[in-house]
Order: sequence, then C-alpha cells, then structure tokens
Amino acid sequence: MFSNLLSSIEDVSVYPVITLILFTFAFVLVVIRLVFMDKRTVEEMKNIPLEDDNEEFITNNENNNEKKQII
Amino acid sequence: MNVEKFSYDNQYPKLFALATIFWGVVALLVGVTIAIQLYVPALNLGIPYTTFGRLRPLHTNAAIFAFVGNAIFAGVYYSLQRITKARMFSDVLSKIHFWGWQLIIVAAAVTLVSGITTSKEYAELEWPIDIAIAVVWVVFGINMIGTLMKRREKHIYVAAWFYIATFVTVAVLHIGNSIELPVSFLKSYSVYAGVQDALVQWWYGHNAVAFFLTTPFLGLMYYYLPKAANRPVFSYKLSILHFWTLIFIYIWAGPHHLLYSALPNWAQSLGTVFSIMLWMPSWGGMLNGLLTLRGAWDKVRDDPVLKFFVIGVTAYGMSTFEGPMLSLKNVNALAHFTDWVPAHVHVGTLGWNGFMTFGMLYWMIPKLWRTKLYSKKLATVHFWIGTLGIVAWVIPMWWSGITQALMWKEFTEIGLLKYPNFLETVLQIVPMYIIRSIGGTLYFTGLLILVYNLFKTIKQGSFVPEEEAEAVPFDRTPEPVKYGMIHRYIESKALLFTALVFLAIIVGGLVEIIPTYLVKSNIPTIASVKPYTPLELQGRDIYIREACNSCHSQLVRPFRSEVERYGEYSKAGEYVYDHPFLWGSKRTGPDLHRVGKKYSNMWHYLHMQDPRQMSPGSIMPRYPWLLEWDMDKESIPAKISAMRTLGVPYPEGYEDQAIADLEKQANEIANDLIQNGIDADPNKDIIALIAYLQRLGTDIKNEVAEK
Repeated sequence: MFSNLLSSIEDVSVYPVITLILFTFAFVLVVIRLVFMDKRTVEEMKNIPLEDDNEEFITNNENNNEKKQII
Repeated sequence: MNVEKFSYDNQYPKLFALATIFWGVVALLVGVTIAIQLYVPALNLGIPYTTFGRLRPLHTNAAIFAFVGNAIFAGVYYSLQRITKARMFSDVLSKIHFWGWQLIIVAAAVTLVSGITTSKEYAELEWPIDIAIAVVWVVFGINMIGTLMKRREKHIYVAAWFYIATFVTVAVLHIGNSIELPVSFLKSYSVYAGVQDALVQWWYGHNAVAFFLTTPFLGLMYYYLPKAANRPVFSYKLSILHFWTLIFIYIWAGPHHLLYSALPNWAQSLGTVFSIMLWMPSWGGMLNGLLTLRGAWDKVRDDPVLKFFVIGVTAYGMSTFEGPMLSLKNVNALAHFTDWVPAHVHVGTLGWNGFMTFGMLYWMIPKLWRTKLYSKKLATVHFWIGTLGIVAWVIPMWWSGITQALMWKEFTEIGLLKYPNFLETVLQIVPMYIIRSIGGTLYFTGLLILVYNLFKTIKQGSFVPEEEAEAVPFDRTPEPVKYGMIHRYIESKALLFTALVFLAIIVGGLVEIIPTYLVKSNIPTIASVKPYTPLELQGRDIYIREACNSCHSQLVRPFRSEVERYGEYSKAGEYVYDHPFLWGSKRTGPDLHRVGKKYSNMWHYLHMQDPRQMSPGSIMPRYPWLLEWDMDKESIPAKISAMRTLGVPYPEGYEDQAIADLEKQANEIANDLIQNGIDADPNKDIIALIAYLQRLGTDIKNEVAEK
C-alpha cells in the first residue's frame, strides 16, 4: 500500500494505524461524554452569550425590545 | 451571594476594530493592484517595490494577519469579557498586544516590499519579526487565559474553546515553522531542507488556515450569530463534538498540499484521508451556525448583519467541501498549481472571513458607540456588491484553472503536447484575469461603503470606554467528581483545558513529521547532487528576494504531460541542500526545476530585461534593476558558514575562497554574454541569477553522464 521509498523505515504502515486508533479513541470519548451530558447544564451553557445584555445600557436595541416582549 | 460590580473594557475592542477596517482597505487595495498586474505587467511601474513578487506576499500577509488578525482580536476582546463576565485580565497586556501587533504589521509591510523575505508562504517574515510575533502572541494568550481564570461565569462557553485552540496551535505552528538560522540581521535560512522544509511549511500553511482563519472565526460565529439572531446556538452538543473532532483532525491534513510531490507516499495518503474526514466536523459547524437561524429566517430579510453571517457561514461550508475534494489525488492532479487554488482560498477569505468580519463590525460598532447603525440600506448595498464581487472573483478563476490544466495535459493524436508553449495556455485565460479583477474591485467598493457607513455611525454615537456590568462570581469550591462529570471538570479548568488542546494538536503534528524529520534514509540521496556554488547561492537569494516562487514552481510532477513539457520528474534527493525549499504553489509561469541549460545566458539576460523581447505577450513583469544593481559579495562567507552549520558539505575554510570562486564564475558568464554582443558587467545581480537558473535541475543529468 505504501511507497517502497520508505521501506528503510521499519513498519512505516503502523503510523496510519496509530492515527486511526487515536482518533477513534478520542471520538468515542467525546460521544460518550455527550450522551451522558446533563440537559440542564447544556441549556445553561447554551444561553451564556444571551445573558450579558445590560438592559439599561443599550438604549435602542431592537432585539432587546423584542426579548422583553417575549418575556 | 455577592453581586460584584465591574466594567468591561471597550477601548481595545474599539482600537482593534478600527485597525481591522484600516488594514482591510490596504490589503484589498494591494489585492486589486496585483490582480490587474497579471494582465497589465507594466503596472509595476518598472520598480522593484511595486512588482508582483513583492506585493503578493504583502497582500496575503495584510489580508490574513492584519485584516483578519485584527478582526479576531476585536471580536475576542469584546466577546470574551462578556461570556466570562469579567474584564480582560490586564489593560497593560491589551495595550502591548494592540500596539505590538500594529508595529509588526508595519515592519512586515516595509520588509516585504524591500524584498526581505524567507519565501515560505504566509511565513515570509524574517527572524526578528518572527520573534516579535511570538512574544506578542504569548501576551495575547496570557491575557486571554488570565481572563478565563478570573471569570465569574462558571462554564467556559464554546466560543472561548475555539479561542484557546487558536492561541495554542498558532503558537506551536509559528515557532515550529520559523526555526531558522540567522545569517545577518535581516537574512536567515530555514533549518529544514527540501522535502522536510516543504512538509513543515505545509503543516504550518495548512494549519494557519485552520487555526488562524477557521477556529477563531468559529468562535466568533458561536458568539455573534446567536447575539445577532437573539437566540441560542442550534445544538450545544454538536458544537462540542465538532470542536474536538475539528482540532484533532485538522492538524493531520497538511500533506494534501504536496500530493504527487517528492514527499513520501504514506504521508500523502494520510493527508488525503484526514482531509476527507475533515469534511464532517466542518459541516457540523456550518450546519450548527445556519440552523441557529431556524424559525428566524424572516429576520435575515431585514437585518444586514444576519445576511452577512448567512453568506459567511455558507461560504465556509462551500470551501470546506471544496478543500477535501481538492485533496483527492485525481482532482489535485488537475487543480494543483492552477487558478482553482486561489479560487478555493478566496471563497474562504472573501466569503467566510470577510463577511463574518463585516457582519461583526456592523453589529459591534453601534454597540460600542451606543447608537444605531447609520444606514441599514447602505449595509445591504454593501452586502449585495460584496456578494457579486465574490461571484465575479471565484467563478472566472474556477474556469481559468480548469481550462489551463486541461490545456497543459492535452496531447495530439501522435502523442505530442498540443500546447507545448506554456504562454499559449496563459493567453487563453487572460480574459478571466480581467473579470477577476473586476470582482475584486466590486468587493473593495463594498468595503469603502462600510467605511463610510461606520464613520457616520461613529460620528452620531458617543463611545463608552468603560461599560458598567455586574455579576455573581461562581462558587469555586471543588465539586465531588462524579461519573460523567469529568469533561465538565476539564471544561471548567482553563489551564487544564488548554493543555488538552495542546495534546490533541501535537499528536497529529508529531506523528506526521517525526518520520521525515529523523530518518535520514527517508530521503534517498543522489550522489551527483552537489551544493550550490557561491554565485549560484547568491542567485538563489535574489530569486527569493524577488519572490520568483510566487509564480514559478520548482517541482515537476510524475505525469506524462509534465515530463514531456519540462523534463525528468523531480526527486526528493535533488533538494537536500535547498534551505529553504522553493517548490512554489502556483504556476502563473512555467515550472523552472529543469530550466537549467535549457536556454542560453543571453536569453535569460534579455528575458529579465524585458520578457516580451523573448516571449511576445508574456505577462511577466520586467526586472531591469537586476541589470543595474551591484551584487552583494560581502555576505557570501557568512552564508557559506551558515549553510555548513545546517549540514551542507562545504569544506572547512571554504569561506576564504568563496568570493574568488564567485568572481571567477561571474566572469565566465559575463564573458559569454559579451561574446554574444551584450554589454554585461560581472558584478551585477543578473549574473548571479543566471548562474542559479542555469544550475537548476541539472545535477541528475550529470549522473546520467557519469554512468
């Protein structure tokens, strides 16, 4: 599969195999973590950027007005 | 619980935003200029400082590090404070970061037009500036991680993850690729040679795209898109998944820039496989961005900010589909070295980076100046002109790339090249160059509209340097670690998180590079390949100074069409003394690896004086100053000694003899020119350049002769 050019390196084909194992391992870890993630925490984190608006400070932000109406 | 009062620093987001706009204008103006130079070569005005080879790195560096760089910092300094509910760690560090970065940009502009360059793409700056970049970058990192450590918000929002990945990886890439041996204050040689240098350079080049143009902007997307749409991101879980897969995979894909090159095959295959895998996390990010707007598409109709974001994210999706496609070997065989590559790049920079930046500025500037955008209408006009500009830029370049590649590869019925004259394939695509420059001009016009609109916005508002805020700091007593909470624990520890990101990216980098780096037998040596003579070495440095590698490759790929056109395909062993490598990435002109002894000295002399004397219709600029400038001979001993330190086998004490050897060879070339009726002076730059060009790719011919 790999070039003869590199036949001088012992077992060069092991490199792609290592990469694949490492990646799969990392991927599975992340997926497991996501499956067991607490829903409430996810919601909290998701909303972080929307919490910082200083209502008094921003006087003429349409989005904020809209948010107030929704609330 | 104690509510703490504090203030957000708006001063540095403001300064970085203004710098973004300023450098954006500069970068695009230079871009439009060089686009026109490709069909009006006389536009270099006959002087070195405005010639394509020098302006092209100025354009790329200004676009990437000045325009996009300042946009990243503006966006990060504004958003990071708000997602952590904390002021930036240190005003002093912010100040050093801002002014340091602007000074670096100015130094870069001055040195690049002066021809002071390492020649490595997107890493052209010389060693003193490289050191300054490293220092300022670390200042940025400390300021950012410091902010995260004193944050009041418990969780680190996903945008900050991308910022951290950006900081860590760019630091590693920049230092790894910039290891060079200084010869003088503004000249250095890469410690890597040939294939190794190419591999390290594209490990850097590819990941600079990943971690300077992609990850920071994904971070910005995760903050500004939800803000502008006033709804949370579509899926937070998806953002975590695509973060880890993206940073893990990206780093492996660098070798796809070197397919069919003299790079070992296994590294090429690894690069291709990981490039295709990369498609998934990239589209994970794109879909997450676009789906954030679900149920809010009506807002896109009214809000120019969202319009910019939608096209920006879509362009990200397009270029991350195109990237893996281009790294398939059969597509790459066609597209590499052609205009398809700049087309791909500009979908990313104009669409993704440019439009995300514009959207962010239109949203942020009114906030900082406590007012409304001066004119939504003008912003919408900017949006349409910009979009049209991208289309008019990219489509002609796709067209031209494919047209030219097919012409390069076409054979007649009796097996000869149908277009043996390279120039014929260039003249065919000149109309496409004209349309492309119109596209660029449109895009530039859009930016000028932004300048006017934001100027008016700033004028009608009043800037708030300190924005009052209050928040409850989170409880820092450690929680008992339970099953399933490990990642949350990691996420909440800024330094540990940074270390993990470092681990994820360094594994890929090391597995990719170590074998080529350490194993000497990896590159089969060719006995007849010898070090350059002093005159050739000097000529090579002139080649680097004028950035000939911007338009000429030195890499004949193992295809029938290329062997037929240029000669024997390039071998890894031929480059072992090339510090740095000069393979190039684009063939605006023909490949030069086998140009040695192909033409007479006189041909080269007249061709440099005015290319159209030898090739009517050529789009190469004139280089008259090469015929006038005195050759630098004094630096030769230092260069010989530096090369020997890097492993080039010049004999001990050769420094003392080098200048005499140089003059002897120069006289031979000058005498040959004089015999052909040219009034040549052996002390001029042109002589050294001719010596270098005549040497290129000839060593293996000697091997055949020896046999």
